[in-house]
Amino acid sequence: MKPAVLSWPLWHEKTMHAHFIDPYRDIASPLHRLDPRVKVVATLLFIVSNTLLPDGAWLAFGLGWLLVLALSAYARLGVGFAFKRSFVALPFALAAVTLIFGLPGRPVWSGSIGPWQLTATDAGLLRFSSIVVRSWLSVQMAILMVATTRFPDLMHALRHLRVPALLVAITSFMYRYLAVLIDEAARLLRAREARSAGLPGMRRGGSVSWRARVAGNMAGQLFLRSYERSDRIYSAMVARGFTGNFQTLNPHVMRARDWTAAIIVVGALVVLQALGRLDVGFLIVDFGLFR
Amino acid sequence: MFALTPASQLAGITPPKLHIPDGFVNLPVSLLCWAITIAILGIAVRRTQNDLGERQVPLMGVMAAFIFAAQMINFPVAGGTSGHLLGGTLAAITLGPWGGMLVMACVVGVQALLFQDGGLVVLGANILNMGILTVLIGYGLYRSVAGQRHGVRLGVAGAAAWLSVMAAALATALQLWLSGTAQLQVVIPAMLGVHALIGIGEALITVAALSFISRTRPDILAPEQHAGGGRGWAVAGLGLALAVVLLAPFASADPDGLERVAENLGFLETGQSAPYEIIPDYTMPFLGETPLSTIVAGLVGALVVAGLAYGLVRLLRRQPARG
Repeated sequence: MKPAVLSWPLWHEKTMHAHFIDPYRDIASPLHRLDPRVKVVATLLFIVSNTLLPDGAWLAFGLGWLLVLALSAYARLGVGFAFKRSFVALPFALAAVTLIFGLPGRPVWSGSIGPWQLTATDAGLLRFSSIVVRSWLSVQMAILMVATTRFPDLMHALRHLRVPALLVAITSFMYRYLAVLIDEAARLLRAREARSAGLPGMRRGGSVSWRARVAGNMAGQLFLRSYERSDRIYSAMVARGFTGNFQTLNPHVMRARDWTAAIIVVGALVVLQALGRLDVGFLIVDFGLFR
Repeated sequence: MFALTPASQLAGITPPKLHIPDGFVNLPVSLLCWAITIAILGIAVRRTQNDLGERQVPLMGVMAAFIFAAQMINFPVAGGTSGHLLGGTLAAITLGPWGGMLVMACVVGVQALLFQDGGLVVLGANILNMGILTVLIGYGLYRSVAGQRHGVRLGVAGAAAWLSVMAAALATALQLWLSGTAQLQVVIPAMLGVHALIGIGEALITVAALSFISRTRPDILAPEQHAGGGRGWAVAGLGLALAVVLLAPFASADPDGLERVAENLGFLETGQSAPYEIIPDYTMPFLGETPLSTIVAGLVGALVVAGLAYGLVRLLRRQPARG
């Protein structure tokens, strides 16, 4: 049986299909109980620290990854939790892949792909791999943050961190109605699919512009449904006494252990930065093995 | 327990190629983009509070969820690719410029927070590219033909949708280049080439959606719906469009670009050494090896847009003043 208090993606499991959009994992752990402000700031600082580490700071990158793994385990999510979900950002690495062949340096590999004669250099490989590692570490920490923090708490933390109240309120509303509208869109898509019968071996539907018009009509339809829904929501809010302010029962007071955690994170990142700037040339992977 | 599904698997959302993850943009560029984004969103927050009051929260919150859901609606083009919506121009025209910016900022922010579509420290850059530039171009161009016939307005909305996607792609490419993450000669043709196609899908869906809305609820699209000086928006939108048109010839007009780069491999002076350099130490590649054709194409584009702008400003002047 489900407990009485459920986070919203669970309670409409039967009627809605978009229940899988909440990344929060409902577990009791010290990391879950940590003040959301600390988690947001620590995550941002971790990402900034990765950005600032010089290329090829493998020792610091490695320790940063150990930190992510340790926190995953500490949050009782399993050591590999963030790692397993961290591949979402990797396709973007394509944007940087030409660096391998573009930076001047010692050639380590040469060959041709199609009409192009390509020469990979050690400097290019170093820069490319550093960019990918930075990005991949940063994604893991962000995954950990949203897996251990409820979205309303996250929004409350942003409010404390001086994000404008209006933006926070809009984002909270968006989150609340995301599943409703995704379901609405899914119904429109299903209806189109159901009406788009075709004989085997023959192309379904009309020309590209006809298909685009159908998709545009669906978007317009979804727009009007959303627009009118927002009217009804507003009327309902006014009927219940909405005055423009959002109330919360969560006090969000920084306790001693929150401050301790914040200090430990900042200290760890300072150490990482120092290690990243030491002469660790002997640890830099020798890309000569590609020769 | 259900598995955590990446956003990209939600009923076939194509992963948008404009969401920059953390690590691909260096800190100075990130902070610069944050500064611009915070300044503009700050104005947007103040302006919409005056216009809409407490009603804006449910309206914009649901509209932000709408944009997110509308990005799921796709149509097959050819060879397994599909066209779909990014939504900046549609949001701008239906909700007004400030509202459109706030809604798009929330969409991009939630995509980064919940789905790791785009990073957190580069969020400022992503909001600037997808939430502010698209709205400025989309609304500015649409607003510049406010008094025209229905068909003209729809046509301009389509062109604006296409240009707004190109602007976002161009800005993304420039940020990657300034960060030393990609080479200008490669990243601009690649980004603009891909998004010239994606932009066509954006334009077609935007036009069809607007035409549907104007048939059913014409009041939503009435120009007096949104406060704000029309000419200022038109000038800003046209100025940005001009910048895109000037820079775009680097990409598609030069199909030999990639090959030329490949020939030069190993000789390119790309001395981005420290991560905290804002202006990298390269010679501006487009000044060094610019073919004459690029300059000519750029000038022609500039003249066309300047002529357009001039004509529009004259048209606007003849319009009676709006309340």
